[in-house]
Amino acid sequence: MAIELKMPALSPTMEEGKLAKWLVKEGDEVASGDILAEIETDKATMEFEAVDEGTIGKIVVAEGTDGVKVGTVIAVIAAEGEDASDIDTATSEAPEKKPKAKKSEAAEAESGNAKSDGDAKDGMEQLASEVTPAAPEVPDGTNMKTSTVRDALRDAMAEEMRRDDRVFVMGEEVAEYQGAYKVTQGLLEEFGPRRVIDTPITEYGFAGIGTGAAMGGLRPIVEFMTFNFAMQAIDHIINSAAKTNYMSGGQMRCPVVFRGPNGAASRVGAQHSQNYGPWYASVPGLVVIAPYDASDAKGLLKAAIRCEDPVVFLENELVYGRSFELPELDDHVLPIGKARIVREGSDVSIVTYSIGVGLALEAAETLASEGIEAEVIDLRTLRPLDKAAVLESLKKTNRMVVVEEGYPICSIASEIIAICMEEGFDHLDAPVLRVCDENVPLPYAANLEKAALIDADRVTQAVKKVCYRD
Amino acid sequence: MPKAAKSDEQPVLSTEDEEFALHNLQDALSADRRYKASKEELLHFYEQMLLIRRFEEKAGQLYGLGLIGGFCHLYIGQEAVAVGLQSALKGGLDSVITGYRDHGHMLAYGIDPKVIMAELTGRQSGISKGKGGSMHMFSVEHGFYGGHGIVGAQVPLGSGLAFAHKYREDGGVTLAYFGDGASNQGQVYEAFNMASLWKLPIIFVIENNQYAMGTSVKRGSAETHFYRRGTAFRIPGMDVNGMDVLEVRKAAEIAIEFVRGGNGPVLMELNTYRYRGHSMSDPAKYRTRDEVQDVRTKRDPIEHAKTELIEMGVSEASLKELDKSVRATVAQAADFAESSPEPDLSELYTDVLVEQY
Repeated sequence: MAIELKMPALSPTMEEGKLAKWLVKEGDEVASGDILAEIETDKATMEFEAVDEGTIGKIVVAEGTDGVKVGTVIAVIAAEGEDASDIDTATSEAPEKKPKAKKSEAAEAESGNAKSDGDAKDGMEQLASEVTPAAPEVPDGTNMKTSTVRDALRDAMAEEMRRDDRVFVMGEEVAEYQGAYKVTQGLLEEFGPRRVIDTPITEYGFAGIGTGAAMGGLRPIVEFMTFNFAMQAIDHIINSAAKTNYMSGGQMRCPVVFRGPNGAASRVGAQHSQNYGPWYASVPGLVVIAPYDASDAKGLLKAAIRCEDPVVFLENELVYGRSFELPELDDHVLPIGKARIVREGSDVSIVTYSIGVGLALEAAETLASEGIEAEVIDLRTLRPLDKAAVLESLKKTNRMVVVEEGYPICSIASEIIAICMEEGFDHLDAPVLRVCDENVPLPYAANLEKAALIDADRVTQAVKKVCYRD
Repeated sequence: MPKAAKSDEQPVLSTEDEEFALHNLQDALSADRRYKASKEELLHFYEQMLLIRRFEEKAGQLYGLGLIGGFCHLYIGQEAVAVGLQSALKGGLDSVITGYRDHGHMLAYGIDPKVIMAELTGRQSGISKGKGGSMHMFSVEHGFYGGHGIVGAQVPLGSGLAFAHKYREDGGVTLAYFGDGASNQGQVYEAFNMASLWKLPIIFVIENNQYAMGTSVKRGSAETHFYRRGTAFRIPGMDVNGMDVLEVRKAAEIAIEFVRGGNGPVLMELNTYRYRGHSMSDPAKYRTRDEVQDVRTKRDPIEHAKTELIEMGVSEASLKELDKSVRATVAQAADFAESSPEPDLSELYTDVLVEQY
């Protein structure tokens, strides 16, 4: 079986590149890890490595070709025993036609990676000009390792600190204690006390100092032990960080990241269990990110640190210890403002974020066993919200449930519902429902806490309701 | 309650040396209170103070005509503070941050009066493209970081600017101005603690103009000697006459030398007076006309500098000429601010975020 080599996406934003140089020729034996070609992006020249073994059968795109779209077949490798000369490139599959919303690694794995759903077309020219697939966020064939969200966040900070001396982290217990939730473990040892700074318990003050340092040209990461304590500092997040660029007519930037755990933890009561996603997402001038898995946590935190705008980065304590597949890339940066389809489905859309993603996936499994195929969309960024991804999915399934671990009133869920009413009305076959926490301060007692928080069962029920299957 | 361990030792009191460390800047100032300015230097200070006063008078007029809206806080009476302090800074290196009463600090930094006035009138050519207004002006180019509308916010923000100087080891210092009113905000003390703990290169400048809006110092502050308020954080204090530009300049030099030397922050109280209301809508019921008049006639910083210039041999005629040219500059700024177009409606949506997502 011949293996197609496709133009890789070498950065999250890359759409096309130049095939600068082939380092192999037709008939060459190649092994995994061999460098096949040099590819130029707008930012750098990258080496393209072989992932599979075999013989180079056909070089489809000649060296020196400009503007080769990501996903275009550039060469074909003949597998062992196959005669390279027999390969007919004309029958090779077209690059996948992908929906506009970027497809997840998970979805890609499910669909069998290289399986094409596009029409087979002859000639590369046509392929390159007519089909412009969205670049996969993680290039095909990337090695994956298992990582906890906690380690992924730490690695994101460490990598950015190695890359840019202006990046530093400050907060309560981030240095000698190694992080109240161990997210900053090991950073003090590697970067020293100049760049990993323990603060006194003084959120308003150090949020202001971090914001001022960003105004002064540094790239601070301000850790809040939890976002509940950021209430003391919310003035600087909103009045100082979010508004300065606008008030200064674009003169004064504030590239600061405020990060820490958000949402309900476990049995810590009302003052320590709140989701501030909707609060911050309502403020112009802020970017608000709330990732779920390790890959998104790492890729989006790196993007947040590099971002010129102030970012509120909402993590979840209950997710820190969960393990996920994490791509082994030198520089895994993901686009801010893009939702992700974590599971494809055709009957109903479940829109969610943060810890809700896990519950939605669990519900989707149950629903599948009952014949309902749910599409699960992880918003990932709450501001700016990826409206297009939500509406695209609604168009496909005509039914939607929003799942949010937080209060229902004035929530991300209510915003999604408003978007569906305003811009997706004609595609709705049922009212959009929301599955949110109960509208009460979070109680301590185990049974009451359980009753107040969302779970997969409530999601399943709501989905059945919008599918008229209850 | 756990029982406190009883110790035979006396609590550790400050040694004389430590006491001295908190007072030595004040002692240095007391020993030699005034900067020895050359005629040219004093003339320059005089011109800057005059520019601030004439500018603010004009801003008051434009407000009355409805050309300036919202809040507008004038600096009249306090001119010697910004001019004396900022004349001692290194341009292009040091940074300045203040609250909403910010016109004077910008003018003292040599920022073009035209773009400041055009910001007050909300025009496209304003320094913030008309999107900030009187309280929210910035000039990163000049190391002027605002212009902040939330009382006290500039103190931790300024500490962050100082943090950046120290982090980069660029030798820069920060001046963070705030008022006697802001001095009672909690975040000010959070910033004092960290600035002292981390030895940040910052001068905390309290412009004590005697009134927090309409609340006099003695009605709002348990400790009215603001320069003492850093003591709990081991920040040396200085008590400075903010109505004498040469004393302010001298104090600035002492403080800057200390701070730039890596010794941590200084807290400086500048005793000054605001002639006008807190903002344009001040009913002025909290003080008497006589009180204001008394300061104007006896302590005015501009009159004071003028007398000294004449003593140094500068002719009254040449001072009149200077006044005329300052008035002309201000008139041009006002014309510019009135005639510049309002921002294009498309500006509504620009500068919300820097990047596209």
